[in-house]
Parts: sequence; structure tokens; C-alpha cells
Amino acid sequence: MATETTAGTASTSTCVVDGSAVGMPQLCFDWWPNQIFWLIVTLVVIFFFLSRIALPRIAAVLAERQGTITNDLAAAEDLKAKAVEAEEAYNKALADARAQAQDIVNQTKAEIKAELDDATAKADAEIAAKAAEGEEKIAEIRANAMESVKDVAKDTAKELVSVMGGKADARSITAAINARMKG
Amino acid sequence: MATEAQGEEGGLVFHPMDQFIVKPLFGDGPVGLFTITNVTLWMALTVVAVVLLMVLGTSKRSTIPGRMQSVGELAYGFIYKMVEDVAGKDAVGFFPYIMTLFMFIVFANFLGLIPMSFTTTSHFAVTVLLALLVFVTVTVVGFVKNGAGFLGLFWVSSAPLALRPILAVIEIISYFVRPVSHSIRLAGNLMAGHAVIKVFAGFAAIAVVSPVSVLAITAMYGLEVLVSFIQAYVFTILTCVYLKDALHPSH
Amino acid sequence: MEGELAHIGAGLAAIGSGAAAIGVGNVAGNFLSGALRNPSAAAGQTATLFIGIAFAEALGIFSFLVALLLMFAV
Repeated sequence: MATETTAGTASTSTCVVDGSAVGMPQLCFDWWPNQIFWLIVTLVVIFFFLSRIALPRIAAVLAERQGTITNDLAAAEDLKAKAVEAEEAYNKALADARAQAQDIVNQTKAEIKAELDDATAKADAEIAAKAAEGEEKIAEIRANAMESVKDVAKDTAKELVSVMGGKADARSITAAINARMKG
Repeated sequence: MATEAQGEEGGLVFHPMDQFIVKPLFGDGPVGLFTITNVTLWMALTVVAVVLLMVLGTSKRSTIPGRMQSVGELAYGFIYKMVEDVAGKDAVGFFPYIMTLFMFIVFANFLGLIPMSFTTTSHFAVTVLLALLVFVTVTVVGFVKNGAGFLGLFWVSSAPLALRPILAVIEIISYFVRPVSHSIRLAGNLMAGHAVIKVFAGFAAIAVVSPVSVLAITAMYGLEVLVSFIQAYVFTILTCVYLKDALHPSH
Repeated sequence: MEGELAHIGAGLAAIGSGAAAIGVGNVAGNFLSGALRNPSAAAGQTATLFIGIAFAEALGIFSFLVALLLMFAV
């Protein structure tokens, strides 16, 4: 089919007749040297650009980034350690303060208790004194009252005896009354 | 020509292969060795694209990369990791070479997707040279690094002794088929995709079919974008695999 | 007459492309079922997947090339 018999001399190659391809253009060996030449040029140029400029540069950038990341991580670690330290210090201070506050509270409580005890004791003593005084007075009053009762009883008894016709001596009446009062 | 079904089918004309014609950029003379052709133009554009991305894109050297620099670094990391993982740590010296191959192929493929453009990597002349470069490099490196031990690649020591000569023949054949498949895979994929798009475009001349045709072209175009990248990736990773064979020939 | 035979041959060779498609589908499907069973190991095997696909596809591309050669170059 794809014959070279067609007179393609007017065109660029025997592979092209009237502007369209005869057979596969890929197999037109007239064009191979040209393509191979330009391909080699292209590859050499790309290789030059990549190996001399682009790849070392990208490698450097990547290495730098790795370094930066490592540094930043280390710094972050540092900061974290510092933060932990600060928190510990804070906690310690807090605990100290709490303990101190507890101490003060205990102390104050003890003081107040001592004062209270003191006051209570004083008040108790006072109360006891007053009670004793009261009792004394009561006893006195009772004694007085007893005396009065005795006197009244003596008088009454003397009167009664004299009315009944007897003669009562004061001593026996007193003794009788005392015995009665005791009984 | 087989594809020219002129006349009979309502004037449908297919020229799916015309997009691959090499022609001089200036004038209308024959294509000589140094003639500036559309090949030259599109390869030059490939170089420009590579330089734009990899050199100008990274010129700021910023620690926090911009868009272009991120893409450049992504490509760098992608190929670097591939070389390291597939070919081994001692293959890192070949990294610029492999990077060159990858950048050229990927940009040539993508530039070829621009409508009316010329796809340099769809030509066997280009891919065969690329594959032969890899083949020669791998063979030379294999013999330089391992001496005659490189021939151990063909002598499968884990197989039974009786089978080994047969396996050796198969291994040698497969070794020499490598550049063929390596080159034809790349060119064939791109050529097929572009030719199919062109055939669909030819159908658009029939008014009834043209919406379907446009849809089909869009779908094929999407597939071709994928294929462009995957073929560059596959070419590169196979280069790495061959390089691993050269550096560590023992099976 | 020879031209027509070449066209028939090209059509027959194009069957190979379909066969390659089956092969590629096999590779990708098996990879996927393996990856779903053990997703953690899948990420490391994508390179192998692409190599496998490339090898399977290369043979399809060969048949496609034969078709093209029959169409255009014979």
C-alpha cells in the first residue's frame, strides 16, 4: 500500500503526498536523523539544567526545611519543658500557700479555743463563787429563821405551859424544843 | 490509503496519522539533520516548560514553598523516592539521569495534548533512542559494577540444573526485548490515543453523530491525560527496575 | 486483493488489544481484592501494580502495532 512509487518529489519527503501521510509517519526513516539530533540536544539541555541548577537547589531547600523543622521541634520541646517547669513551680507555690493558710487557721483556732476555755473557766468560777455566796446567805437566813422559830416556839411553849397551870423553867423548855426541832 | 474512505461515505475523510508528520518550520525543503522542524519547536517548548517549573519555579528557595516550588519539590520527591525504593540506595547517583528522562517524557506527553500540537514522544525515533539510552546505560553499568558476574542475571541459580540453559535463553531474549517493549509501549500508547481522538473527530463531520463524537473525544481526552502521566511513570519505574538488575544482578 | 487481506489481518490483530485489556483488568482487579483484604500493605505495592499493568499492556500494544503496520506500512 504505502509505496514509494508515488512521485512525492515536490513535497518535503517521500512519506508525504498531497499534504497527508503515506503509511505511518513514525516509520518514515527520512525524518529519524532530525528527530534523534534534536532529542539529544533536548536531553542534554534538560540534563544540564536539572543536574547543575534545579536538583541541587531543591535538595538544598529540602535539607534546609528539614533543618528548620528539626530546630523548631527542638525549640518547641524546650518551651514545653519550660511550661511544665512553670506549672510545677506554680503548683508548689499553691500547695505552700495552702499549707500556710491551714497553719494560720489551726493556730487561730487554738488561740480562740484557749481564750474561750479561759473565759469559760473564769465564768464558771464566778458562777461557783456567786452560788456559794447565795447558799451561805440562804443558810444564814435559814439559821435566822430557825432561831426565830425557836424563840417563837419557846415563847409559845412557855405560854402554853403557864396557861395549863404548870410552871416551866426556861432551861427544860429550851431543851425540849431543841430536841423537837432536831427530831 | 486505507483510512481515506473518500467519496463513498458522504465525503468522510480520515487522516489520523497526519498529525505525526514532521515538517520544517520555515520553508518547504527536505528534512535534514539540522533542519528546524516542528520536532524542534515542541522539544524546545518541553525544555522551556521543564526550566520554568524546576529552575524558575524554585528560584525563590523559600522554606515555605509557593505553588510552583511545591510542584517542583513534589516531582523531585516522587522520583527520588522511586529511585531509592525500586533501584536501591546505591542508585541515587543515577537520579539526575532518571529525573531528566521523567521530566522530558511527562512534559512532552502533556504538551502533546494541546490541540494542534505535535507529540514528540509518539515517534519511535524518540522513544527508541530513549529506550536504547537506558538499555546501554544498564548494560554498561552492569558490566562495570559486576564484571562477568552480571551474566549471572541470565543464569537462574534457583532453578533445577537441567532447566537453567533453557531459562538462560529465555532470559537473554527477554533482556534484548526490553528496549523494544520499553520504547513501543510509550510511543504506541500516545500514538493510539491521539489517532483514536482524530478518528472520532473525523466522525464529527456527520451532523447527527457529532454530539456523540464530541463526547467521545472529551472522554478520550480525559483518558489521555491519565495515560500521559502513567506512561511517563511506567517508563521511569521500568528504568529503575532495569537499573536494579544492573546493580544487583543476583536473583 | 492483497490490501484487503491486510485489512482483515489488521482487524484480527486488533483482537489482541482486547485480550490485553482483559489482562490489565485481571491485574488491577486482583490488586484491588488483595488491597481490600490488607489495606495497610497496599500502599507499598502500587509500584508493583503499575509494573504489572505495564507488562500486560505492552503485549497489547504490540498487537496494536501489528495492526497499524498492516494498515499503513505493508
